[in-house]
Amino acid sequence: MKSNTSRSTQLIIVILIAMGLVGLALGGYLTPLSRILVNPIVSAQSWLAKRYQAVQSLITQPEDVTSLRQKNAQLEAENSKLQVQVIELQQQVTEAQLLSTLVDYERKHVENQFIAATVIARDVSPFMHYVIIDRGSDDGLRKGMPVITQQGLVGNIAAVTAGAARVQLINDPGSSINVILQQTGVEAVLNGQLTGEIGLEMISQNATVQPGDLVMTSGLGGNYPDNLVIGQVVTVRSDAFALFQSASVQPAVDFSQLDIVLVITNFQPVDITPLIPVQTNP
Amino acid sequence: MINLVGLLLFGILAILQSTIVTRMPLLNGTADLILLFIVAWALQDRVESAWGWCLIGGLFASIYSALPFGTFVVAYLIAAGIARVLKRRVWKAPFLAMLAATFVGTIIVLLISMLGRLITGVNIPILSALNLILLPGLLLNLMLAIPVFSIMHDMAIWLYPGELGA
Repeated sequence: MKSNTSRSTQLIIVILIAMGLVGLALGGYLTPLSRILVNPIVSAQSWLAKRYQAVQSLITQPEDVTSLRQKNAQLEAENSKLQVQVIELQQQVTEAQLLSTLVDYERKHVENQFIAATVIARDVSPFMHYVIIDRGSDDGLRKGMPVITQQGLVGNIAAVTAGAARVQLINDPGSSINVILQQTGVEAVLNGQLTGEIGLEMISQNATVQPGDLVMTSGLGGNYPDNLVIGQVVTVRSDAFALFQSASVQPAVDFSQLDIVLVITNFQPVDITPLIPVQTNP
Repeated sequence: MINLVGLLLFGILAILQSTIVTRMPLLNGTADLILLFIVAWALQDRVESAWGWCLIGGLFASIYSALPFGTFVVAYLIAAGIARVLKRRVWKAPFLAMLAATFVGTIIVLLISMLGRLITGVNIPILSALNLILLPGLLLNLMLAIPVFSIMHDMAIWLYPGELGA
């Protein structure tokens, strides 16, 4: 009976102490005490947590670095592939634009039949201004056919094999074309030069030639059809004691950037060599 | 086997020459890879296939050029002959021999090319050719001469291991 009474007393005392502590805590009287007790625990906790994280990172980091490096390598490889694709697509876009302009040119000049060809090589000798295209006699190309781009005249076919053809550019030193100036109707001869430039010769002293005049093929001589654009006159040289005037011409075609050309297949060059009188010494 | 290697090498060189090197001129002159490799090969010790390779290189160059067929064969044969003579004279300094052979070889090839054009009826002004083609081409060839010689020296050791590697 005694023990029951003492237990009840202890319980009441505990409840009272607890209520007192709660009351003191609610009243804010235990804060300094709690600080004294909690602060060392928090410090110990944080110290332990930091050490644990350090050990954990020490164990797991090498794997992370390896996996990161692998991912980085994969991403770099992917990036390279994408860059290559971008370059290829840009090239395709450029080629498509070029083909589109060539198709436009073809539509505007329905009187001619064209075959498109790609420039695949250049002459290995610096004295020769020739290019090689990827179409040949199997595609219907023949010697002498004119080659153009949408800008103007490129040259003519000098030699043909089954799958390729060699084109003599109009700036080759061996090239000579009869031309006409569009504005004035003045006739002249256009010659290629060693430097890759083109110039007009045999212009009559009476003729009026001005910078900016458009130079076109005249069709004389039978090597080229008429009215193909060649370029514009840049400078005129007129010497009072010379028989003829001469002029330099800015070609319409950039011969260093030739990629795709058109061959006029329905033009047959005329060989007038038998008609040229042979000079015989008396 | 050796001529097969030459066939493959000069085939690749001709393609490189006609597609890439010709698009990188200095003024109007360009490097001549085929000439450089022929001269460098002719200067290697105990190499017996120099004339064969010369013929192969000349034929490949002729395919890619509108010059009269055989012009390059003749020009390269003369250049290789001069390289052989120089090798005997300056055998202790192979790099010097390479530079000298490149110098003389380039001039010979370009002069014979000019002659080829003259034969076809095209007159080339000599002074322009000298300033715009010969001198720039010479400079480019001399710049490439030593690296090409090193490559061909390694190739000679590979193709003639017992004789040159010792």
